[in-house]
Amino acid sequence: MIRWLAGLIGLGVAATSALAADPVAIGVGYLGVAGTRSTLSLVEQPAENDGIAGAKLAIEDNNTTGKFLNQRFTLEERRIREGEDPVQAATALAETNGFIIADLPADALLKVADALRDRGTLLFNAGAIDERLREADCRANVIHTAPTRAMLADALGQYLVWKKWSRWLLVVGSHDEDKLFADALRRTAARFGAKIVQERTFEDKGGARRTDSGVTLIQRQMPVFTQQAPAYDVLVAADESEVFGAYLPYRTWDPRPVAGSAGLVPRSWDAAQDQWGAIQMQNRFVKLNSRRMTALDMQAWTAVRMIGEATSRTNSGDVKKVTDFIKGPDFSVAAFKGTRLTLRDWNLQLRQPILLVDGRMVVSVSPQEGFLHQVSELDTLGYDRPESKCKLK
Amino acid sequence: MLRMWRVGLLSGLALAAAPAHAFIAYVSNEKSNTVSVIDTDTWTVTKTIKVGQRPRGIDFTRDGKFVMVAVGDDDTIQVIDAKTQSVVDSLPSGPDPELFAQDAAGKILYVANENDNTVTVIDLEKRARLGDIQVGVEPEGMTISPDGKTLINTSETTNMAHFIDTTSRQIVANVLVDARPRFAEFKHDSSEVWVSSEIGGTVSVIDPKKHEVIGKVTFEIPGLRKEAIQPVGIGMTRDDKTAFIALGPANRIAVVDVATRKVTKYLLVGQRVWHVAFTPDEKYLLTTNGVSNDVSVIDVAAQKVIKTIQVGELPWGIAIAP
Repeated sequence: MIRWLAGLIGLGVAATSALAADPVAIGVGYLGVAGTRSTLSLVEQPAENDGIAGAKLAIEDNNTTGKFLNQRFTLEERRIREGEDPVQAATALAETNGFIIADLPADALLKVADALRDRGTLLFNAGAIDERLREADCRANVIHTAPTRAMLADALGQYLVWKKWSRWLLVVGSHDEDKLFADALRRTAARFGAKIVQERTFEDKGGARRTDSGVTLIQRQMPVFTQQAPAYDVLVAADESEVFGAYLPYRTWDPRPVAGSAGLVPRSWDAAQDQWGAIQMQNRFVKLNSRRMTALDMQAWTAVRMIGEATSRTNSGDVKKVTDFIKGPDFSVAAFKGTRLTLRDWNLQLRQPILLVDGRMVVSVSPQEGFLHQVSELDTLGYDRPESKCKLK
Repeated sequence: MLRMWRVGLLSGLALAAAPAHAFIAYVSNEKSNTVSVIDTDTWTVTKTIKVGQRPRGIDFTRDGKFVMVAVGDDDTIQVIDAKTQSVVDSLPSGPDPELFAQDAAGKILYVANENDNTVTVIDLEKRARLGDIQVGVEPEGMTISPDGKTLINTSETTNMAHFIDTTSRQIVANVLVDARPRFAEFKHDSSEVWVSSEIGGTVSVIDPKKHEVIGKVTFEIPGLRKEAIQPVGIGMTRDDKTAFIALGPANRIAVVDVATRKVTKYLLVGQRVWHVAFTPDEKYLLTTNGVSNDVSVIDVAAQKVIKTIQVGELPWGIAIAP
C-alpha cells in the first residue's frame, strides 16, 4: 500500500514535467578574482569558493521555484588572474549571461560596468564595500548587495553608543582600505555622539601571519602598543588588511573590549545567524557546500535571489524587464534578516540590517532601537539620500 | 488506588461545577522546549509539559484525545496524551517539521518539512510514512479545504501557495503571493483561501477554483514603520464574517471585515504575536506573543484584550481542545 502510494506520487511528478514546454533559461555569471587573501585567524581563512558557494545555493533555490514557473537558472564562473583584463572576462561571461555577480576590486568593477553598459547586462556588486561605488562613481547598471564601509561603521557605532561605550581609542592600519574604514568610523562617531579620545596607527612592517611561537611575541607587543592611552571605553580597530586587529582582544594594556575589525565585528551575515528562519538556509548551505556560510556567500546569495524574485514576479527571463522591476518601487527581497530588503533608488544600494558578531554568536543587529528615520530605519546606516553625491548614469 | 479514585472523583466534581466555557489550551514554547497547558476558566497555566527540541506547530487529533506537536530540531512530531498530559508517542515526520494539517477524518497527516522542500504524508493510525510531495523552498503553512479535497502548502522562499490534490497527491496549481508566505486559512464556505505574507506585509485572498489572487488585505498603523507589520497567523470566525490576523512585531491583531477585506480595528497584544486560536464556543481568541513570553486573551464579541497569561519562552503555536 505504502509502496503503491509512493509510486503514484513519483508518477505524478514525472507526468507534470513531461507536459511542460522548454523552460525559460536565465543565465547568471559569477566574476571573481583568483586566489584568496590571508587572514590572521586560520579559522577565518576564506574558502576558494567564498561567495560563489552562496550564488550556487541561490541558483538551487531559484530552480526549485523555477520548476513551477518553467524557468531554469544556470551559473557560470570566471576567475581573473593577476594581470588579466577584467573586461575581457566580463565580456565573455556577458555573451551567455544577462546578469553578472561581481566580486571585484572597485576599479576593476567600474571598468567592467562601463564596458558592459551598452549591452544591457545587469551587474551585482557582491564584494566591494567602497563608498565611492555608491557615491561619485555610482553606475546605473550596478546594484550593490554588499554593504558599504559607512553602513558597517554606523551599525557598530549605534550599538557602542547604545551600550554607552562612547569613548573610543581608534587604532588604524597603514593600508589604504584601513584608512577608508577609519574615515567611516570617524564619521560614525561624529554622527552618533561618540568621542575618539585618541588615534594610533599600526604600521605594517611586513612579516608572516603564520609563525611558530608567534603568540609569545604578540603577547608582549600588544600591551605595549596600547599602553598610556587616555581613558577610553572601547578600542575600535580599523584593520581590513588583517595585520594586527585579531591580535588585540585580551591583550590591551587596559582591560577594554575591542570592536571594528576584530572583537565585535559588523557584517552583513554570519555563520551563527539563526534568527528569522535563517537556520533553514544555513542548513541548506552546509549540506550543499560542506562548510559554513560567510558574509560574501550571503551577498552573492542575495544577488541571485533578487534575480529569482524578479523573474518570478515578472514571469519573465527578459533582462530589461527584470532589471526594470528590480529598480522599480515594488521590488523587495526576503533574506532572513527579519525585514524586507529594498533598494535605495538614488544609488542602487540594498538596504539591510547589519549583524554584530563576535565569531561565535550574533551579539546584536543594527539599526538599534531609538535610531529613527522618516523613510526607513535602515537608512540610519550609511549615507542617506540628502548626503548622496550619486548621479546614476 | 484509593487515593487515585479520590482524586478522580474530586476532579470529576470540579469539572462538573466549572462554568460552561472551560476549555484547555496547549501552547508550544519554541525556546523552552515545553508546552504550557492553560485552563480557560481560570486563565492560568495548569501544567508545563517537557517536550522535544524547538516545539512549534501544534494541534489536537480529531477525537480530541491527543495533542500533536512538531519538535523541529528532533525531526519528529510528538504525541501528548490529553488525559495524562504527557508525551506518549512520536510520528515519523521527516526532517525539521514545522506546521502540519490533517484530513477531516483525522487519518492522514500532512507535514511541512522546511529542510528538504517536501510535504510528508503520514498515516496517523499506523504511524507510518506514506510518501513525500516535492514543493517549493521552505514549506511552512498548511491547511486543508473544508471538503478535504485540496491541501494548501505555502513555501517561504519560493513565495507560493501550492494547491495539492489530496487524492492524487499532485500539485494542481501554484499561486505566487507576497514574500515569505507563512500561514493559509480557508473560509468555512470554501470560497476563498487567505494566505499571510510575513515579509511582504500583506494577506493574499485566493480564489481556490480559479487559483488566482483576487484581493489583498493591507495594513497601516499610524506611527509604526511598514517593515514592522509582518502578518502570520489567521483566525476566521465560523460565520466567515470576521478575521483576526496576527501582525508579528507590530504587536497587534488586525480585526478584518472578511467581505470588504478592510481592517476595522487593531488590538494591541503582546510582543511579536505569531499564531491564534479560538475557543470552540468562539467567545475568546488566544494569541501567542513570542517576545513577551505570554498569551493574550481577546473577547471576540467585544473585540477587546481582556487578559494576559505568562507562559514559557518564545510561545509559538496554540491549539484548543475541541
